[in-house]
Amino acid sequence: MKVRQISIFLENRSGRLASVLKEVGRAGVNIRALSLADTSDFGILRLIVDNVDLCVQTLRAGGHTVSVTEVLAVEVPDHPGGLAGILDVLSAAGLNVEYMYAFVSRATEKAMVVFRFERLDAAIATLKKAGISLVEAEKVYRL
Amino acid sequence: MFNPQAEAMPVNELRKLQSQRLRSLVERAYDHVPFYRARMQEQGIKPEDIRSIEDIVKLPFITKADFRDQYPFGMFAVPLREIVRIHASSGTTGKPTVVGYTRHDIENWAECAARSLACGGATADDTVQVAYGYGLFTGGLGMHYGAEKLGAAALPMSAGNTEKQIMLMKDFGVTVLCCTPSYALQIAEVAAQMKVDLHQLPLKSGNFGAEPWTEAMRTHIEELLPLKALDIYGLSEVAGPGVANECLEQNGLHVFEDHFYPEIIEPATGKALPAGQKGELVFTCLTKEGVPLIRYRTRDITMLMDDGACPCGRTSRRMARLMGRTDDMLIIRGINVFPSQVEDVLVRIEGVHPQYLIIVDRQGNLDTMEIKVEVTESLFSDEVRKLEALRDKIHHQIRTMLNVSAKITLVEPKTIERTLGKAKRVQDLRKLT
Repeated sequence: MKVRQISIFLENRSGRLASVLKEVGRAGVNIRALSLADTSDFGILRLIVDNVDLCVQTLRAGGHTVSVTEVLAVEVPDHPGGLAGILDVLSAAGLNVEYMYAFVSRATEKAMVVFRFERLDAAIATLKKAGISLVEAEKVYRL
Repeated sequence: MFNPQAEAMPVNELRKLQSQRLRSLVERAYDHVPFYRARMQEQGIKPEDIRSIEDIVKLPFITKADFRDQYPFGMFAVPLREIVRIHASSGTTGKPTVVGYTRHDIENWAECAARSLACGGATADDTVQVAYGYGLFTGGLGMHYGAEKLGAAALPMSAGNTEKQIMLMKDFGVTVLCCTPSYALQIAEVAAQMKVDLHQLPLKSGNFGAEPWTEAMRTHIEELLPLKALDIYGLSEVAGPGVANECLEQNGLHVFEDHFYPEIIEPATGKALPAGQKGELVFTCLTKEGVPLIRYRTRDITMLMDDGACPCGRTSRRMARLMGRTDDMLIIRGINVFPSQVEDVLVRIEGVHPQYLIIVDRQGNLDTMEIKVEVTESLFSDEVRKLEALRDKIHHQIRTMLNVSAKITLVEPKTIERTLGKAKRVQDLRKLT
């Protein structure tokens, strides 16, 4: 259920993102989903990859500041208002979304959204109860 | 206390003693050292203008450069036949500064070093391992004579040969360790490699000095070694180790001010500053015969503490641990800033020693300060707002503690240039000439 996501601290300078992604690629790690949050000074690169441990090890060896957090991957019904419906469920339960980002996978042809919650277990319970389908972690890594 | 009569002397008596000693010192300096006479004449001051210790502010300052100009023996007030020892400070630039001691000077110095050891509870029953260097540097011989004066057994190891230090520390049942704080940490590290459990040893106190250190380092040393780590201060121009030492309260260093009279001044103007305000430490050696020292600017930055009498019973004033050197001081928009203060703020927030770089520049007529801080994993969050909150917290703490506003930039690890393993702390881009 819980998907391990890698976050990397980046300075907002040209070439930093490319350099990190090259290191990941050279280690033979495949990226499944990616998002970049940025401010004028720094950014946080978030990755979901096929081999979390190898990726973390590679980045740490390269001297990067890395953290691993648990997120949820949710399949979003493919119709207008699909995502809004999920957010309604969360807000009704008083659950705050720290951040989220969407990606599309070839395997399911469905849109997927990665959610980061402060209260992860409460979010899992709420989503399950509302019949919203959470994607298994292994499936996400193998997408 | 080694000498309760001197160390717990009522303050009014102490001031009287200081006044009497200052008068005699000024007369000796005026009569026997041409340099002092010329300086005082330039300022229109005669020895009889100095009646009490309060008059000390009328006297001119002397600096390390003055000392060097008198190389080698120009500062001596007695003929060489009365000198029994010569030390010299490492001259990083040019000639060293040379100090000569009469037999009396050596005795007074040994007395103050003995008081320093006794500050940590040492007595004649103790074995004192002196792991400061012996030689022209005052550290080794200073603590050695102090230990002997105390009646303790002095173990003259000098610095280095750490395995042997540890072997003898263990086999001889050493109870007091004297060395630099960084060497204490090295001893702990090597002991761990040698599988010697230092916690099984009868160590009880350490007099650590000769380099600046922090509370974080003290905590670290006290975790690794079963002793009370006490800060000791001294410099060869004044005497050597034993000018001031912390008592077991570990709240400032007692200045043995019946011999060494401390003042704090504003470095730029020379104006005397009250207790509680930080500035440059100035010493007058009230009893020195060989090289009388009047208002010597140490270039060390600290303050005299203003938190009342010390529970240990010593009545002398205490100075705070060294906060930096005037050489490191930055003046930003008229405010004195030391890299160590920035470090202090960061240590409090992060709990470990962060890498940082202070960049000072001038835009138009206004100084700007930027602090780059490397983001370690303990600081990092995957959420932007938390990193922004961290940045704002550093900004706020710097403004509160230093009274200057700095731009805080979070940077990737290992991006701050390091020279010889030590990071460069300050980059001053201002063109002030």
